[in-house]
Amino acid sequence: MKCGVVVFPGSNCDHDCFHILKHVFKLDTEWIWHKGDVDLSQFDLIVLPGGYSYGDYLRAGAIAQFSSIMKEVVRFANSGRMVLGICNGFQVLLEAGLLPGALIQNHTQKFICKTVTVRVENIFTPFSSEYIKKTVLAIPIAHHQGSYFIGPDGLSKLIDNQLVVFRYCGPEGEVTDLYNPNGSVDNIAGIVSENKNVMGLMPHPERCADPAWSNLDGQLIFKSAIKSLESGALL
Amino acid sequence: MIAKIHIIFKDGVLDPQGKAVHNTLKNLGYNEVSEIQMGKYLELKLDGVSREEAENRVAEMCEKLFANTVIESYRFTLETAE
Repeated sequence: MKCGVVVFPGSNCDHDCFHILKHVFKLDTEWIWHKGDVDLSQFDLIVLPGGYSYGDYLRAGAIAQFSSIMKEVVRFANSGRMVLGICNGFQVLLEAGLLPGALIQNHTQKFICKTVTVRVENIFTPFSSEYIKKTVLAIPIAHHQGSYFIGPDGLSKLIDNQLVVFRYCGPEGEVTDLYNPNGSVDNIAGIVSENKNVMGLMPHPERCADPAWSNLDGQLIFKSAIKSLESGALL
Repeated sequence: MIAKIHIIFKDGVLDPQGKAVHNTLKNLGYNEVSEIQMGKYLELKLDGVSREEAENRVAEMCEKLFANTVIESYRFTLETAE
């Protein structure tokens, strides 16, 4: 199994993702620079990490979507292979049209950097199959443009097809405005594509997946992905 | 030719910056302002294209890059450069 971590100019969570895949899960992992024609067919999982690709100029992810590696990532995703976008990676996936919706500035107008609680809404995806449904996770967020937006029709489609994987919630799993840190529509923190092979989320599972740290709530996202790949079947 | 492009949020998309600026304006006593929409403004200098071509190509640029049409709308004018 081979994983690739894409590096855009301005990525800054790439090392964290690389560390978790390579050193915690002992997977064959490579950096993928955004320039050049890399053949992605050798990879099984591509991670788009957090950061500020291209300085978030224009909109977060707007410029990264046209970098040469993204053409390959789109092709990779459209062939059913697994792509995980975290934070800025999620923004890039939305801009590239691999996931529906958009991320806009937090309704608080502030950059938010703290650990929040999110509820696992769907365990029937290759990125969440190791969780128990409705489990409440403590996962850090760190973003300024993390308010998920989608129109009413798009939202119904997400809900009807069970594509919402994580929602911001309270300590007991309460999904209410009070526990919505950034103003995301329907408290959405993470979604999957219709084929469930592409997931984007604003929280940072790679910041809580190393046994050297006290919080391991993000680990099962990576474990789920690995298990799905090992079994050779996308759920 | 100069293309002047305005991009603003679509109706129903929360514009926190516009809201914050509006609140300040109200504190300053400008109560006649009922709403503020903040957006982006771009000016493009175009060479060697006809007006019709420019019309199509600038619209294409807006759709592809300048605006995210999930959340933003755009409009532009074309002016002859002096």
